[in-house]
Amino acid sequence: MNSATVRNLLVRGMLAGLAAGVLALVVAYFLGEPNVDSAIGFEESHAPAHEHEVELVSRSLQSTAGLATGVLVYGVAFGGIAALAYCFALGRVGRFGPRATALLLSGAALLAVYVVPFLKYPANPPAVGDHDTIAQRTILFFLMMLLGVLLAIAAVITGKRLAPRLGTWYATVVAILGFIALIGLAYAFLPAINEVPADFPATLLWRFRLSTLALQITLWTGFGLVFGELAERLLNPKPAKAPARAAVTVPQ
Amino acid sequence: MAQHVAQPTTAAPAVPAKLPLKDIAPWAVFFGILMLVLLYFVGAEQGATSVVSGEGVHEWVHDARHLLGFPCH
Repeated sequence: MNSATVRNLLVRGMLAGLAAGVLALVVAYFLGEPNVDSAIGFEESHAPAHEHEVELVSRSLQSTAGLATGVLVYGVAFGGIAALAYCFALGRVGRFGPRATALLLSGAALLAVYVVPFLKYPANPPAVGDHDTIAQRTILFFLMMLLGVLLAIAAVITGKRLAPRLGTWYATVVAILGFIALIGLAYAFLPAINEVPADFPATLLWRFRLSTLALQITLWTGFGLVFGELAERLLNPKPAKAPARAAVTVPQ
Repeated sequence: MAQHVAQPTTAAPAVPAKLPLKDIAPWAVFFGILMLVLLYFVGAEQGATSVVSGEGVHEWVHDARHLLGFPCH
């Protein structure tokens, strides 16, 4: 019975991730792509004429089907992972119902999975980044992501442990401050990376990075709301039909 | 003027029942790994490491990789 609930939540998580991915794709296409194109324009005007490899995938495919593949798979994958985390969190993090738990989890995921790595290793447009450091940058980015997730989990556990002694409010504040302090420590000790060409337009870099943040906020907010709704309906099914009173107050 | 004095009919929302860890674990292990593999292909394949040879995967998800914040090239 419980195993079936886990499976149902997992399926709903992946579907909600897909739906959130569609929303994020709209943001990526309309807010993000113009910046990618501008950055590629900069790259081409500055590239030494020698290396112009044959285009394996055309720009028009990269910016549509390719973009969609990436964003949707990302949405489904994180939706599935978030749904599994939700199964653990449900009833264990505090007095939150299914919808509130989903939105809280999404907010925490946005923070741990994207904002924490982003503040140290922000997204870079094409033309920014040295081919020779890709291995190091990939490791550092995923490390920061992992650290964000692990420390967020540690903060939740610490908060729960402290709650009986400090009360819920102070326990939460202490746990969050501890999270920030440890992330700050990681920021201080991990190597900084700045490979932005000296003459790369600052406004373009700023707009590109903002658009990536908008994409993630859309993705996680969308996921939290859609998944919360699906989880609520699964866990607290409506008893047949509410009495007519409800229909009067909610005319829809 | 509605005299809506708190009528705790629906009081505090019931806290959902915990799902036992032993029921979550098999799903978490199998699908957790599957999801991470998907993320790997979107985020890092043919960048720092390659499972599939060539540049096809990298080029196909190129824009998504940039916009999702992954180091691309």
